[in-house]
Amino acid sequence: METHVDVSMRVNGSAVTRRIEARMNLVDFLREELGLTGSHVGCEHGVCGACTVRVDGRIVRGCLTVAAQAEGADVWTIEGLSDTGEIRVLQDAFVERNALQCGYCTPGMLLTLAELMERDPDATRKRIRAFISGNFCRCTGYEAIVDAFEMARARQGGST
Amino acid sequence: MKPAPFAYVRAGTLDDAIRVLDERGDGARILAGGQSLMATLNMRLSAPEVLVDIGRVDGLAGIEDAGDHLRIGAMTRHVDVETSDLVAEHAPLLASAMPHIAHPAIRNRGTFGGSIAFADPAAELPACAVALGARMTIAGKGGRRTVDADSFFRGLYETAVGPGEILTAVEVPKIAPGWRSGFMELARRHGDYAIIGLAAHVAVEGGRFGGGGRLVFFAAGDRPVPAVRTAALLEGEGWSDALAGRLADSLTEELDPFEDLNADAAMRRHLAGVLARRTLAPLVSV
Repeated sequence: METHVDVSMRVNGSAVTRRIEARMNLVDFLREELGLTGSHVGCEHGVCGACTVRVDGRIVRGCLTVAAQAEGADVWTIEGLSDTGEIRVLQDAFVERNALQCGYCTPGMLLTLAELMERDPDATRKRIRAFISGNFCRCTGYEAIVDAFEMARARQGGST
Repeated sequence: MKPAPFAYVRAGTLDDAIRVLDERGDGARILAGGQSLMATLNMRLSAPEVLVDIGRVDGLAGIEDAGDHLRIGAMTRHVDVETSDLVAEHAPLLASAMPHIAHPAIRNRGTFGGSIAFADPAAELPACAVALGARMTIAGKGGRRTVDADSFFRGLYETAVGPGEILTAVEVPKIAPGWRSGFMELARRHGDYAIIGLAAHVAVEGGRFGGGGRLVFFAAGDRPVPAVRTAALLEGEGWSDALAGRLADSLTEELDPFEDLNADAAMRRHLAGVLARRTLAPLVSV
């Protein structure tokens, strides 16, 4: 049986088509085929969240999604969301509050918090922590990340 | 790590998928959400020849009100069960279990049927299915059949789904008047696999437990473990410290949990009693 597949999808608003190994996961596809290295590869078994990307409006694990499953999908990465300015307020809050140090988890953290901002902007601190429970940060201790989310939503007109 | 090479087939219909499974035998695995499967392939714990993606098959996703039960399609994403008004109203046990299933990005992609068919002994949904007396619909070359949750889980990662078959839907009986559900698990990080967990579904009247309640533990054996003798102690009782003690003693006798890096068997037995107390007390005290 054929171990290669043709895949087509939209990535950060642009149509892309490639012939790849069927076993290639989505985050490797983005990094190696498209050069979008903002999404990171950490554990490769769904634990760390560094590979978080948005597929058809929802965040997913790039390492647990076969690229072929995203056929026809609308995929967004940290590069695209930075360019459109959609997560600018969150990014500014991260910088101001020092919500990152090494930066490895940051793209996944931002995509995850952007989804929380959409689904539950008034989340309590406990709920914010539960929502980012699938994103490991080994530098900040999370406190500053939760603060940054609260800072960003206050500026976007949510509760404080 | 990266998975071993595999071929990929995107099934257009259920019959397509069943045909490929039938032709390829043990070499084929069904790819639903992939949230458990891809992790095991990335760790090279298994190396199937072909993945049959059922993500585009019509009619496998969605939650329907089917009278006395909810019909939950196998490809329904966890997030859609978590946010479903029907589930919140008619299957509160499921509603309270959903937030414990991994993390948001995984719930966006992982599926209800996938979790049940994968049958991880530490997973939440198999235990809920047993506690609620769910019925599984399985499709194969010869048509469809239905299997009760009690006889669906056969062992470690082993279910009644046979070669060439696919779990297509789960029927979850609606909660009856006077019944209450409780769900709790202990994990080192929210969303990680439980060290041990409990899905409880019990009748309550006038501050006392009725008969027929079910206490189903997970991460306590090779499949969901109903603590039948312990559940029988509940009938006619209100909450008391004495009851909590009897439940804990009974669970120590009745459960035979495994040992791993997170906990030895004695710790799991102890935690089972803790969970029983924390889960059941509020059900008769409120």
